[in-house]
Amino acid sequence: MSKTKTLINAILIDSKSLTQKRGSITIEDGLIHRINGPSKGKVIDCKNYCLAPGVIDLGVHICEPGERHKESFKSASMAAASGGVTSIVTFPNTKPVIDNPEILEFFMKRARESSKVRIWPTAAITKKVAGKEISELSFLQDAGAIAFTNGLKAVKNPKILLKALNYASSLDGLFIGHCEDYYFSKGISATSSVFATTMGLPSAPKEAELLGLERDSLLAKLSDINYHASQITTKKSFLKIKELKSLGNKITAGISIHHLLFDETDINNYRTFFKLNPPLRPTSDKLFILQNIKNDTIDTISSYHLPQDEESKRLPFEKAAFGAIGLQTLLPACLKLVKDKILDLPQLFKKISENPAKLLNIKSGILEEGYPADLVLFDPEKPFIVDRFSLLSKAKNTPFDGYKLYGEVIKTFVNGKEIYQSRNKNDT
Amino acid sequence: MLENKDLLSINQLTKDEILSIIKKAESYFRNNKITMKKKDLNRFTQINLFFENSTRTQVSFEIAGTLLGANVVNFPLSNSSQSKGETLLDLASTLNSMNPDILVIRHPNSGAVQLISEKVKCSVVNAGDGNHEHPTQALLDILTIKKRIGKISDLNIAICGDISHSRVARSNIFCHTKLGNKITVIGPKTLIPKDIEKLGVQVFYNMVDGLRDIDVIMVLRLQKERMDGGYFSSEREYFHLYGLDDRKMKYAKPSAIIMHPGPMNRGIEIDGDLADNIDKSVITMQVEAGLAIRMSVLELLLKQKIENV
Repeated sequence: MSKTKTLINAILIDSKSLTQKRGSITIEDGLIHRINGPSKGKVIDCKNYCLAPGVIDLGVHICEPGERHKESFKSASMAAASGGVTSIVTFPNTKPVIDNPEILEFFMKRARESSKVRIWPTAAITKKVAGKEISELSFLQDAGAIAFTNGLKAVKNPKILLKALNYASSLDGLFIGHCEDYYFSKGISATSSVFATTMGLPSAPKEAELLGLERDSLLAKLSDINYHASQITTKKSFLKIKELKSLGNKITAGISIHHLLFDETDINNYRTFFKLNPPLRPTSDKLFILQNIKNDTIDTISSYHLPQDEESKRLPFEKAAFGAIGLQTLLPACLKLVKDKILDLPQLFKKISENPAKLLNIKSGILEEGYPADLVLFDPEKPFIVDRFSLLSKAKNTPFDGYKLYGEVIKTFVNGKEIYQSRNKNDT
Repeated sequence: MLENKDLLSINQLTKDEILSIIKKAESYFRNNKITMKKKDLNRFTQINLFFENSTRTQVSFEIAGTLLGANVVNFPLSNSSQSKGETLLDLASTLNSMNPDILVIRHPNSGAVQLISEKVKCSVVNAGDGNHEHPTQALLDILTIKKRIGKISDLNIAICGDISHSRVARSNIFCHTKLGNKITVIGPKTLIPKDIEKLGVQVFYNMVDGLRDIDVIMVLRLQKERMDGGYFSSEREYFHLYGLDDRKMKYAKPSAIIMHPGPMNRGIEIDGDLADNIDKSVITMQVEAGLAIRMSVLELLLKQKIENV
């Protein structure tokens, strides 16, 4: 349990009231005890840096068990802490897949032993994420699963998906869906466009996402389950989400920061660190979503952290593995949106802290008395050039290598305990 | 005369570079036959690295190198370390250590030749990468057109058939756009890639409309080995709709010539008799032009080294 302390002279980022004001937070028993109360315990001067709820990164691949050479709980949690991420929501696509309570218990045991940040596991809705048989969802819930998903792979058979969603719905579960249509997305590495045509890359139309979303949202409605569309990356599916929300569907939507900052032209000379799932989209789609990210259609921004070793990426583009790491760069990359005046800080933290917590139904993600003291203290302005080899994840497949990003995390707290302190900021 | 150390794509060449490759290739012809004294290039090593089955292109590059006097090595891939699981880049670094002067590479994946070129010191020639580009094919097509028609601009060119899976189509589109020719692509909608009209070409789904006023008809091979199923109904229906025959030829200019990158599927994309009609078909000329173009490319890429000989 953490010692009582008061963080004074901080700019408090309040996503609920959408304000940022100078104030203080007193931490006691791991909780936010008082906001703007009298100082109590150790006093820490925040020197007018920003204090916000820790980032909740939704949809992270930690390669334990199975591929610890790519990422482990230890490396992932260090990367997270230094990036201001205090909660990691994991995907179940490990080796073996997290589809039964025994594996989940082992997974959580490893998390407890090695992770400094909170780990919230999701579990596979179908066994081996094969899309054929429903997993033991109730046991998995008892073992700690906070949501069900088939990872970055759609359940191909709609009949089986409906059954699985009905079953999960009866357990009051949340389903996190990957909307890209299964058949279209198989074997492709780009979005159909003049770019993919010029490069000669196997591609799928961007409508594959809308197709998946339309099918999934129909089935989600039939089963009356809470559905989170994990990555909405095209204009058409964005507008579909907006329509579904206006009709009162129980649907939320997210996007990866990479799809907000990059588009297919970044693939350029077959740069495999830009091979993502879903594939990067045409510039017009990226710009449309960027212009509309401020409104409530897209609820969450995450990294979809997916570590890959060099061998999986140093291949011809078609053969290279999907995915990019992003735990450590999520906040700085998001702060580029603030720097570019696309979002302000409270709006940003709504999408990276408050909303993820809300949709997962966990008591976190806001600055409120009685909430866990999971906090990040950061300087939003400080520019730096990303060097992939200096990142703390074991795998170094970041698309930001050499890019200028903004923001430095000064301190990260989980449960009131300081788990990270920037070496450059010993004065605070 | 060439800006880059490698020839990876037509897209990367300027119009002047294209013209200089053509000019050099023409210089090898005496009385319409390739005749040349062996150049003293025996201190140069050319390695042919074909990850995809090919006979004619590989042999063409082999003869081209040999005629220039270089030492040509065909790297045997079937019984190589590739089958033992060695990665592409490990192989590239192994070859790099053998200090060849030029690598000629064909690979089934788009971008793979470029990937290797980034890891080796020597010059790299793309002999076809996936569905991306096949630059020497487009260049030899230009040379053939020049020899047969006498000009290489202000022409109406039609590329017919499986555009989606064709690196030949892409290289030709980039090449003819740079030369100021008008390009039409014709094929079933299933085999025309997305947004190709943005590359400056006109698209037709039927031959009769598409072939109107055409000077050069390029018929593409139906890439049966690349199909993952369901692009068209049957070979006989394909021939009926898109196979070049006398009936469809009538819609092109009377002087129109027929080209095909080979190998042909007679009776699928082209009528056998028409392919053999030397009044219209320049398919065998293309093979000879291919040799000259490959010699030209190899010599130009080695030019700096040649000057130092």
